[in-house]
Amino acid sequence: MQAFEYANPATLQEALGLLGTRWGETEVLAGGTDQLSLMKEYLATPKRLVNIKGIKDLGGIQNTKTGLRIGATVTLEELVENAEVRKVFPALADAARGVSSPQMRNMGTVGGDLCQRPRCWYFRQGFGLLATQDGKALVPNGENRYHAILGNSGPAYFVSASSLGPALVALGAKVRLASSSAHREVAVAKFFVTPQNETSREIALLPNEILTEIIVPHEGMKNASYEVRQKEALDWPLATASVALRMKGSTVASARIVLGHVAPTPWAATQADQALAGKAVTPENAEEAAKAAVADAKPLSQNAYKVQLARVAVKRALLEAVKA
Amino acid sequence: MPDTPNYAWPEMDKRRVMGKPTKRVDGPMKSTGRAKYASDFKQEGLLYGTLLTSPHAHARVTSIDTSEAEKLPGVTKVRTMAPPGTELMWEGQEVASVAATTEEIAKSALRLIKVQYEVLPHLVREDDLSKAGARAKPAGEQVKGDPDKAFQEADAVVEGHYGIPVITHCCLEPHGNVVEWKGDHVNLYPSTQNVSGIGGDMSNAIKVPVTNVHTQMQYVGGGFGSKFSSDSWGIEAARLSKDSGGRPVKFFLERSTELMIAGNRPSAFANIKIAGKKDGTITAWQSESWATGGFGGGGSPPIPYVFDIPNQRKNHTAVSTNCGGARAWRAPNHQQACYLTDSAIEDLAAKLNLDPLVVFEKNLGLTARADIYRAQLHKAAEMIDWQKLWHPRGQSDPGPVKRGLGLAISTWGGGGHNSQCRTNINPDGTVEVELCTQDLGTGTRTIIMMVAAETLGLPLGAITLRIGDSILPPSGASGGSTTVGGVSSSTRKAAVNALAKLLDKVAPSLGTSADQLEAVDGRIQMKGDPSKSLTWKAACQKLGVNRVSEMGENNQRNPGGLNSSGVGGVQMADVSVDTETGIVRINRAVAVQDIGLVINPTTAESQIFGGCIMGICAALYEERIMDQQTGRMLNPDMEFNKLAGIGDIGEILVHLDITPDNDKRGPVGLGEPAAIALITAIGNATANAIGVRVPHIPVTPNRVLDALERRNA
Repeated sequence: MQAFEYANPATLQEALGLLGTRWGETEVLAGGTDQLSLMKEYLATPKRLVNIKGIKDLGGIQNTKTGLRIGATVTLEELVENAEVRKVFPALADAARGVSSPQMRNMGTVGGDLCQRPRCWYFRQGFGLLATQDGKALVPNGENRYHAILGNSGPAYFVSASSLGPALVALGAKVRLASSSAHREVAVAKFFVTPQNETSREIALLPNEILTEIIVPHEGMKNASYEVRQKEALDWPLATASVALRMKGSTVASARIVLGHVAPTPWAATQADQALAGKAVTPENAEEAAKAAVADAKPLSQNAYKVQLARVAVKRALLEAVKA
Repeated sequence: MPDTPNYAWPEMDKRRVMGKPTKRVDGPMKSTGRAKYASDFKQEGLLYGTLLTSPHAHARVTSIDTSEAEKLPGVTKVRTMAPPGTELMWEGQEVASVAATTEEIAKSALRLIKVQYEVLPHLVREDDLSKAGARAKPAGEQVKGDPDKAFQEADAVVEGHYGIPVITHCCLEPHGNVVEWKGDHVNLYPSTQNVSGIGGDMSNAIKVPVTNVHTQMQYVGGGFGSKFSSDSWGIEAARLSKDSGGRPVKFFLERSTELMIAGNRPSAFANIKIAGKKDGTITAWQSESWATGGFGGGGSPPIPYVFDIPNQRKNHTAVSTNCGGARAWRAPNHQQACYLTDSAIEDLAAKLNLDPLVVFEKNLGLTARADIYRAQLHKAAEMIDWQKLWHPRGQSDPGPVKRGLGLAISTWGGGGHNSQCRTNINPDGTVEVELCTQDLGTGTRTIIMMVAAETLGLPLGAITLRIGDSILPPSGASGGSTTVGGVSSSTRKAAVNALAKLLDKVAPSLGTSADQLEAVDGRIQMKGDPSKSLTWKAACQKLGVNRVSEMGENNQRNPGGLNSSGVGGVQMADVSVDTETGIVRINRAVAVQDIGLVINPTTAESQIFGGCIMGICAALYEERIMDQQTGRMLNPDMEFNKLAGIGDIGEILVHLDITPDNDKRGPVGLGEPAAIALITAIGNATANAIGVRVPHIPVTPNRVLDALERRNA
């Protein structure tokens, strides 16, 4: 780990004043479950590290007029244990529970979950976000069993590592981003971006901004997440699906179906949304919607199995959402 | 008293300490964190050593400039290990080492060393033999019997492809040590399986008399066969210490480096043809196998395993890859041999529409211990409810989740390594047992104390044990499952010898001769007349001012009936496979193991639990993933180098084969035998569940779904 200046501000304004305008100079520390690993591997070598866990305003879960407000430094465990979240947004609670290590849930924050870097092993081995060697992309002809099956026409092939992202997109949530001069609100669906060059990031956050909170609107949708994960113990999902359904009686008026860990961003499967609209969630209709969700998938040399896993995740999430 | 003391183990039904389930004596120390490992070592003036390693799988060093690193404040020494011209043969190979006042400074210094490499062509994958070219070295054909005729006459012939990958040890405590080289003396605090021998290994490397190397280690966080020698990180630590004015250097490998260069289990791949009769009799075997153990090659599994099939044709090829070298990995070569053999037998049974339990039993005549295996098969079948739960391959319940059973059998040698023990009985009644062995976490401390307590008629708490220090009588390295046999026998002998001396002193005051006395329940008493007795303490007072100090020795080649080698084991698995996701879950694993005399059933069972958990990890999760494009290992971490967690291991049931017949053989080690068969049993259970063989382990979702797709195509 490269030596760095450690800042421990007590207020958001103070923290924002400590940020730089270029990526890499300053990094934000919350749970540290990813940030410290990146620093140990010299994948992040900030000159200054700004700890935001001491900022009280960034914590807590409250109901507001616009929806449920979740502070950025709320831990995944706090999210799982929150009665309102469990009752109203099981998609979110399920997704957080999928991080199946108590240590990670106790340290990791919701903001950190959204801002963590991809787990692509070429990236983690120092071949860059787009995983190249001598200008050549390594993923298409390499070890790509865990890489993207959607949105993978290049130059990015990694999958978004966020566990909460797909659920928040399905629930129509927004994130609030603050800088010294302005505050803005961005739909979570727009927060994740596919980088087009090596110096871009995979989120819309700017280097001088801090993600302060998440607003999940109360839309009264039935929702659920399903995660295909090989191990019960801590393990990255192979594919996930989060679904939110606006019901009209026993039929789906409208649906938002979002896949996780299959693309460089949470993947809104709009074809599946359309396939399900006006129908009841029967096993057959769920299967049809699941097929539609992966209709555009273009697997790489080793990851065709993920197409099926994503399909199964959608089907199971849909059936879970309408259970009792 | 007789000239030759009787060292024989007490009769089974007369043992008061041995054979009783006993909690490990160092459990509280470990669970409270008071047990200090070499990696916990801290003291004033401690330096931190670290390695710069090759980022390339094959390269030549053309220049190396350490000047900037040397200038970094806090750095005490930079050593070049690969001078210009050195050809580096694998990623992670050592290039330079640094000692500095903090770990962070040492690592920063590494980044200031400028190395230029001429990158050379590499081969890092061996799964496709056709791509190995000149790196493939065939060992030549071996033929036994008349395989051609046997295949022609067979009722069924099955051809299959099987593969088991390279995996790494991934010990809880990474490899490393603290070394202090002051003047002409070296203090070595290693993480090792070989406290007695590692100092000699170090002394050869650094040219210091072995008598000047003092090795101490009380606890080690696992070794599994990978921690016997002083290694480059030990030797560099010594040299860095010497070059830094004799300050101690703590030198532990990063997890990533450890996974690349500190040893691994060789792979094994094979195309196998196996033939049999309608009744399940196996008649012929043909294999074309290949494996890599790294650049030096290595890994030649003894196939067919356990079953000496009468007609065989075998061709094995060693593949040299640009990867770190293999080391012993808990039952070297046996896991691979078991996987290749027992997978093929399961496939033959399926082809013959026979229960594999029947086929295994039918062919026990081809093994060295038919009766033991037969009894074990029956016991394991009962424990896993085989008769009720087994179904012909693929005929599982409707629905996406399929359940299946599988089995495999194993063998191992073991024995008792050379060991010397000293037992002191002091006039104040205290007892010291001293030998330079090590407790890898297996319960060695506990069983030594149990043997001494049993022999001296004392409770466990009356024994003070000293191990892990090279000034103590030497005892062998803990490898090959030879520790329990060695240390129990030397301890037994030393304690018998010491007791004999004590009885000599005590006999006159009880008005009898020593051979009429025995040590029981904290007393020295007349055999058959407990009314004539002294308390242990009173007896020891008869020693006057001099203690009794006696040696005992186990000779590996002549254990005198106290320990033996050669065991069999059967393991079975009950799995559920989600055929929509390809995820395999363990419902139950069963291990029945023959281990001779069991000194402590608690730690013996614990050893087998550990072996089964390693089997589950290897069957479902572990695999070293090499990238042929970059020559790099892509999962040198604990994230994608997956290991099972508590939720992944299901229920594990262990049965120790404790019988008078087995007991007569004395202790036989069980570390290795317990870690062999479950991998294969899980693979076989998966095939039974889903109706098709998943050729390569680990049995990951993608492999299961691929196999199902091929079956359905």
